[in-house]
Amino acid sequence: MTEAAREASSTELEIRRLRWQCRRGMLELDHLLDRFLDLGYRGLSQAQRLAFVRLLGEQDQRLSDWFMSRTQPPDTELSDLVRHIVEVVRERHGG
Amino acid sequence: MGIPTRHFDALIIGAGGAGLNAALQLAGADLRVAVVSKVFPTRSHTVAAQGGVNAALANVLPDSWHWHMFDTVKGSDYLGDQDAIEFMCREAIPTVYELEHAGVPFSRLDDGKIYQRAFGGQSQNFGGDQAARTCAAADRTGHAILHTLYQQNIRARTHFFDEFFAIDLVRDAEGVICGALVLEIETGEPLLIESKATLLATGGWGQVFRTTSNAHINTGDGAAMALRAGIPLMDMEFFQFHPTGIAGKGMLITEGTRGEGGYLINKDGERFMERYAPRAKDLASRDVVSRAIVTEVKEGRGCGENGDYVMLKLDHLGEAVISKRLPGIRESSQIFAGVDPVIEPIPVFPTAHYAMGGIPTDRFGRVAMPAGHGSEEVVVGLYAAGECACASVHGANRLGGNSLLDILVFGRLAGKDIIEYVRENPYQRAADSASLEQAMGRLGRWEQRGDGPTVAQLRADFRKCMEDHAGVFRTEEIMTEGYNKLCELRERLPEVRLTDQSKVFNTARIEALELENMMDVGMSIAVSALHRQESRGAHSRPDYPARDDQSWLKHSLYYREGDRMDYKPVRTKPLTVESFPPKERVY
Repeated sequence: MTEAAREASSTELEIRRLRWQCRRGMLELDHLLDRFLDLGYRGLSQAQRLAFVRLLGEQDQRLSDWFMSRTQPPDTELSDLVRHIVEVVRERHGG
Repeated sequence: MGIPTRHFDALIIGAGGAGLNAALQLAGADLRVAVVSKVFPTRSHTVAAQGGVNAALANVLPDSWHWHMFDTVKGSDYLGDQDAIEFMCREAIPTVYELEHAGVPFSRLDDGKIYQRAFGGQSQNFGGDQAARTCAAADRTGHAILHTLYQQNIRARTHFFDEFFAIDLVRDAEGVICGALVLEIETGEPLLIESKATLLATGGWGQVFRTTSNAHINTGDGAAMALRAGIPLMDMEFFQFHPTGIAGKGMLITEGTRGEGGYLINKDGERFMERYAPRAKDLASRDVVSRAIVTEVKEGRGCGENGDYVMLKLDHLGEAVISKRLPGIRESSQIFAGVDPVIEPIPVFPTAHYAMGGIPTDRFGRVAMPAGHGSEEVVVGLYAAGECACASVHGANRLGGNSLLDILVFGRLAGKDIIEYVRENPYQRAADSASLEQAMGRLGRWEQRGDGPTVAQLRADFRKCMEDHAGVFRTEEIMTEGYNKLCELRERLPEVRLTDQSKVFNTARIEALELENMMDVGMSIAVSALHRQESRGAHSRPDYPARDDQSWLKHSLYYREGDRMDYKPVRTKPLTVESFPPKERVY
């Protein structure tokens, strides 16, 4: 197995472990987190991936507040990640 | 079989408001209580309940539990059981004060009393002026309640099995339910939990419809377990569609938007609710507003390229009101609909929101089913509470603010009844090997290899079919076609194969088990809806447009075996007051 293939396989294993953590109590979070896991997670740096895991450990209401811009995450790493997730997942057109 | 086994006095499946409130009663009485939850408990769907809890506290406007009862009976389109409704409306007041004392941070008036908001379907003096009955902790009441209950359960040493998926109920040699087989999601290993009493509190099943406000976890697991145990599901045709979901996505735009002065318009800019509910307008009962929206769309007055939604107008409220009173609505609209409601209206359409029906219970949470000759008997040792249950307080249509109330009141009462039951039945029963093998068979089935349709394919076809054929508008033709399609889909289910057979964190296997549950529950909705030849509450039949109390003032019961229907009478006699006889519902 090449280095690249090993890395890809380890990423897929991470995604598998994180998938259930993206199951939340609110549809909005399911949509944002689950879609981001498919659309954006593979493009994250190692540090960003760790931040994503940290994000998943937060309470639903808190996450909802951050995504809905009602409050700000406590550090820039999480703020940047929240902005990035919204950017990757958000609708581009009306309706 | 060598399956690891644990023993508890009580097993609670589901960790939302109903399950946690029941668990708290049990743990407080020093019973050994296990709570099984497929996600971490504070990720239960109760967290998404924004609205609040109804209770006739009369803090803002005059009120009484009797008016609350009237509104709930009327809202139910007279299908709710009036004894259970009286009980719930009376219990609402001490329930809210109990939560306040437990630490739930309700929003306050200037005088320090709990703030109460006006919601659709609330009236003073038996159908008079608008009442203000809903107590809320800002727009995060569900979160506040769930966290308060979870923390108290931790303190009371409730044993949590987090990220365990319940496969099926198990019975002893005499056929008495004595626990459940569960699966640890991380390891993929089964665990048998034997218990003296078992409470199903698994929440709703909005995921059976393609457009829903429900989280992905809401797949009707407990209701399907009950069906497989031979227990019927009651009043399943009554599914509430929240009038304002983000079109095409399902995310909820809270009823509070209309409470604060937002209103619906069609493509001509007409405020059409004035035609459908001249008095209450946009604050009319949810089923009335949902049907009005679908009627506008069906009659060609829908907005957008395909004319398949209407608009919710908020811009006249101004940015300050939207930000202060309706936090999150602007961002939600921007992220999921791509519009800014401060500038332009939000595209909305009814979204599958709440199941009025469920596992039939009495007012103590005991599962009850027909025993022949019109009598009923309790299913020994089995309880249900919350959205998965049907104590019959919502009938054909639930009022806003009554769902949190339902889970809190009946979760608590089920807990109290289980305490009595366990005292009288102190011996542990052992699961019969045949029952256990049957439950294990559900898991073994997904180890079959080979080619076949995928879970995702069948799931998408099924949810589309439910939306098209068992949604807001229902005719004989549409539903018969739907039933036939559902039968075909059900026949395809055994052909479905998993490509990934591994055990560790195999969420594909969980999704397969959820699909089985959803298809059983979906079928119960479709069959019950097809048989009810009248329009009542959330069940609207253009081919039978009137409510028919002569033939249909009765509860539906769907049995999985043979898709069989049975019926039982509505309990029209309250506990202490006069009955509210059926009247036409006008708002």
